[in-house]
Amino acid sequence: MPRFVSLIRVDENQPEGEPSPELMARMDVLIKEMTEAGAMLDTGGLAPMADSRRVRGNGGTVTVLDGPFAEAKEVVGGYMLIQAADLAEAVEWTRRFVEIHEDEWDISCEVRQIFGPSDAG
Amino acid sequence: MTTGAGTDRAVEAVFRIEAARIIAGTARIVRDVGIAEELAQDALVAALEQWPESGVPDNPGAWLMAVARRRAIDLVRRRESYARKLAEVGRVLEELPPPEPTADAGDPDRIDDDLLRLIFTACHPVLSTGARIALTLRLLGGLTTDEIARAFLTPEPTVAQRIVRAKRKLATAGVPFEVPYGQERAQRLTSVLEVIYLIFNEGYSATAGDDWLRPALCEDALRLGRVLAGLMPREPEVHGLVALLEIQASRTEARTGPSGEPVLLADQNRAHWNRLLIRRGFAALARAGEPGGVPGPYALQAAIAACHARARTWAETDWQRIALLYSALPPSPVVELNRAVAVSMAEGAAAGLEIVDVLAKEPALAAYHLLPSVRGDLLERLGRTDEARAEFRRAAALTRNEAERALLLRRAGA
Repeated sequence: MPRFVSLIRVDENQPEGEPSPELMARMDVLIKEMTEAGAMLDTGGLAPMADSRRVRGNGGTVTVLDGPFAEAKEVVGGYMLIQAADLAEAVEWTRRFVEIHEDEWDISCEVRQIFGPSDAG
Repeated sequence: MTTGAGTDRAVEAVFRIEAARIIAGTARIVRDVGIAEELAQDALVAALEQWPESGVPDNPGAWLMAVARRRAIDLVRRRESYARKLAEVGRVLEELPPPEPTADAGDPDRIDDDLLRLIFTACHPVLSTGARIALTLRLLGGLTTDEIARAFLTPEPTVAQRIVRAKRKLATAGVPFEVPYGQERAQRLTSVLEVIYLIFNEGYSATAGDDWLRPALCEDALRLGRVLAGLMPREPEVHGLVALLEIQASRTEARTGPSGEPVLLADQNRAHWNRLLIRRGFAALARAGEPGGVPGPYALQAAIAACHARARTWAETDWQRIALLYSALPPSPVVELNRAVAVSMAEGAAAGLEIVDVLAKEPALAAYHLLPSVRGDLLERLGRTDEARAEFRRAAALTRNEAERALLLRRAGA
């Protein structure tokens, strides 16, 4: 059974700021449901870009850059690591995650299969 | 409402996620898992007809459940002899709140109870072990009959018949659709855990055929175990089983070489062990340890697996502790054989061979390929090469796994 990562992209400078307590409560319910269905392997939110570092290898030189990074508007704000029978099933779980957000959210998730030695094909 | 996802595959994905719950919730009304499964399929057909037009509802699970239950109630009403049942169902209906358009619709506890009832019914001791496995994979794992047949190297008609007979037997034996309590619950839980364990093992080391691994079955078993842990959070052995399976599954990538040949634990590249699964296994093991409680057999086996997971190299393995944990397991020839291996690592090959030589007279192990395989290994370590090769040849003749046979024949110098 393949694994998928759902990369949750949000606008860092969005007006609504932090998730509402109601949204957090709905997330708790959904995450519990996904965990108990054996579909949720891991999930987490990511620190803002301003507190992050970028480590780049280019032309034989490694540089470490401090944030914020000007070009980033939509950034990965969190992830879900999902185990599902196929892409459609991972998309359905992700759909439920997006669906519980209030109307003022503009949120998009990228659902991508993880390839390890046993996930080929 | 979601648009752009009205494809059949999206609908089927929803169904796969929800099927077990829908079957369970419907079975509580019709009291027959076979009929409940058919009604769940009917609900899927209804969704396939309607959702491409209307879009996927915000709470697709509740939608499917409502359709299946409505049909279940119609069915019960149509049975004249169920006149009294009708009154009962009518009452239940009035008590059930309509599905709300939010997540967490209605009464999650009740649904989960139904799911638990379904698990205990599918693993009921009135059924043979093979039937329990097939029915569990079908009703709870969402596998098709064909998938089960392929996974267990059984002809599909055989599996189909086994499932039909199992459903009929549950109905004719009048098995109540319920979770047992008290003393009976403990016994019945043993059967449920065993079914999940056997499914995992079938995937982990295929007993026959060319595949060393059928990872899909391992995943199915793990998922079932995780679901059960969610439903029975206060049963330590459920967490023990989940811990064992998570840690065992963490080695999947390292257990086979480039051409599919088995790689022994000693030779595995531990960098390829899945750290996430190990972490999950340790968390489950922590939940399995009741304060002051005696760890059960699954928790003990998980603790042994954890010893391996903790060791950064084969040389760092705490064999003393592993030998001790094997001593704590309910004694059996196979457990004793494993203890012999641990003792041989902790105290030397000669100490291990002493235990194995006693086991050589054990009729239960007469056809067990791992006995000559382990004995060969110990003899080899003691420099008794000719005897070792004879044992490897014996083991090669006994194993049903092609990849393993090739490995044993190589060690036999054949």
